[in-house]
Amino acid sequence: MLTVRLATPPVSWRLRPRLVAVGLTLFVLVFLLFCLGMTIGDVPLGLSDVLSGLAGVGDAGAAYIVQDLRMPRALTGLLAGLAFGASGAVFQTITRNPLASPDMIGINAGAATAVVAGIGVGFGGGLGTTTLGLFGGLATGLLVYALAWRRGTTGYRILLVGIGIYAMCTSLTDYLLSRAQITDAQASIGWLVGNLANRGWENVVPLALSLAVLFPVVLGLARWMGTLQLGDEVAAGLGTPVQPVRLGLLLAGAGLVAFATASAGPIAFVALTAPQIAQRLARLSAPPIVTSALTGAVIVLGSDILARVVVELPVGIVTGALGAPILLWLLARANRSGG
Amino acid sequence: MGPERRPPHQVARALGLLAAVAALGLLCLLSVWLGSKEIAFDDVWHVLLHNDGSADAVIIHSVRLPRTALAVLVGAALGLAGTVMQALTRNPLADPGLFGVSAGAAFAIVFSIAVLGVSSLYGYIWFAFAGALAATAVVYFLGTRGNAGSSPVKLTLAGAAVTALLGSFTSAMVLTDPVALNRFRFWSAGSLSSVDGGSLARVLPFMLVGMVLAIASGPALNSLALGDDVAISLGRRLGPLRLRGALAITLLTGAAVAVAGPIVFLGLIVPHAVRFVLGTDHRWLLPYSAVLAPCLLLAADILGRIMARPMEIRAGVIVAFLGAPFFIYLVRRRKQLES
Repeated sequence: MLTVRLATPPVSWRLRPRLVAVGLTLFVLVFLLFCLGMTIGDVPLGLSDVLSGLAGVGDAGAAYIVQDLRMPRALTGLLAGLAFGASGAVFQTITRNPLASPDMIGINAGAATAVVAGIGVGFGGGLGTTTLGLFGGLATGLLVYALAWRRGTTGYRILLVGIGIYAMCTSLTDYLLSRAQITDAQASIGWLVGNLANRGWENVVPLALSLAVLFPVVLGLARWMGTLQLGDEVAAGLGTPVQPVRLGLLLAGAGLVAFATASAGPIAFVALTAPQIAQRLARLSAPPIVTSALTGAVIVLGSDILARVVVELPVGIVTGALGAPILLWLLARANRSGG
Repeated sequence: MGPERRPPHQVARALGLLAAVAALGLLCLLSVWLGSKEIAFDDVWHVLLHNDGSADAVIIHSVRLPRTALAVLVGAALGLAGTVMQALTRNPLADPGLFGVSAGAAFAIVFSIAVLGVSSLYGYIWFAFAGALAATAVVYFLGTRGNAGSSPVKLTLAGAAVTALLGSFTSAMVLTDPVALNRFRFWSAGSLSSVDGGSLARVLPFMLVGMVLAIASGPALNSLALGDDVAISLGRRLGPLRLRGALAITLLTGAAVAVAGPIVFLGLIVPHAVRFVLGTDHRWLLPYSAVLAPCLLLAADILGRIMARPMEIRAGVIVAFLGAPFFIYLVRRRKQLES
């Protein structure tokens, strides 16, 4: 780590060369995968066609395919990956537990319950699913926070209440699925695994707007995340407004997941694995937000490409197969205690 | 423990354990008595003692007794495995299913159906068991590799990653092979209804060995809870302790999952609930979990049978629905929670 100080104006900041290098590499990788994903489809395009199509120069047909047909899918994957990665880092930090991804503490499960219930009562269309997923996720996040509140919250209590809510939502979903008509059940399961097929701009715009609002909020609160990592008492002693920061982070994290789940379905394992991979790549003691987000985008975009090239599968099935081996490899070669 | 509550006295603990055993006995009786066919209680008693070959006797001896025995064994196995798992990884989110055990069993079953063409229930059980063992071995190997040896974080993350990886493979195979999907759904229901005495007898020895291993490791787990350094200075050898714990978890969960499918959440909340009341002494935690987990599972199974006659609601669903609100209540009631 380098500390940079300037005499005039009198500012100083820390520079982590490794974090910057990892971030830049991931950024380039995200852009490459983003373009590579758009070469795949009924009409195979070259990478150069995609690039010129993105820029709006060259063949009009290719530009139409790239901009109108394939970009919504790629953008949904990119943005959902960013959102899942960032919110995973947020939840793992505020609960100080590497397993505490939003999928474990019920946010995704709440969204899924709302959507399955909605499909069951005939409220299933594209926009209905999105809205229900959004409200389900946000309501679950608020419920977890409210139930964990007792003269303040602790990360540990959020975690435990979260797994209770998670279990209830999952069993409710199971029950609804077993009672549903077979066609409704199939529609629900298709959404539940997380799918990027047939995404349109109506999926991209709300997610992009939510990221534009919530990501700066998370980054703004991130300056206190390092102290939260030390425990509540120490953090408060260092001047961190523990309760407001935790509420803000929890709501922003839940919002990111809810919007991403509403657009792309509850894509599994990204929020769990991406922050842990990012943390190990950057060799830090806590998951870094931006790097985790970029790692999430790499996993989702890479999985979506794999899912279309190897066999035609929903993306949510491949994310585990892509993210988990990376994490295992990093774990196996970690040489620091607790690594 | 919070500073304001002292753990109950030894005599009170022993009496409490006796009361729990009595409750379990009562639930066993209820489980034999209540079912989709109504049999008068006097007849149940009579038929239990004299197997006279009547229709009621067949129902009780070949359906309800094995089912009750299964619930007791599976519940005890999962309760013990959860307690050991949480102590070993020092993670409140640690669930027996998260060690890769359930995922390994599920993967092996689907693999045996889809690739090897196994079709009998007895075939699955051994594959499930072998898969559970193999997955745990991989998790243990990866979680203990590297210069720093094993650490709770590494074990937990390795378990989560292997679960994610195998889960992806299983879903991919299931989605591309309709026959496997159908058989797999039958197994993965987490239901107690489809078992006879024979399959129970096959896994019983493994469960008993696992139970002895788990209960015998209580004092060692107590010193492990104080931290690796303290445990070492108390003369514990961490490697063999972790290996023994992992072996107990695998035997218990592998056997339970093989006969009953993955019943999630039971091994997660019962140890917590017991810990909230009893404190952190594993010499008491382990036997209490071993008695109370089957109580919850039996109660859920009975409710599932009588709530929606003649249909049945799966025990796993009801466990979460009964257990989660109680669990959240316990989490809230505790004033001080260690983090």
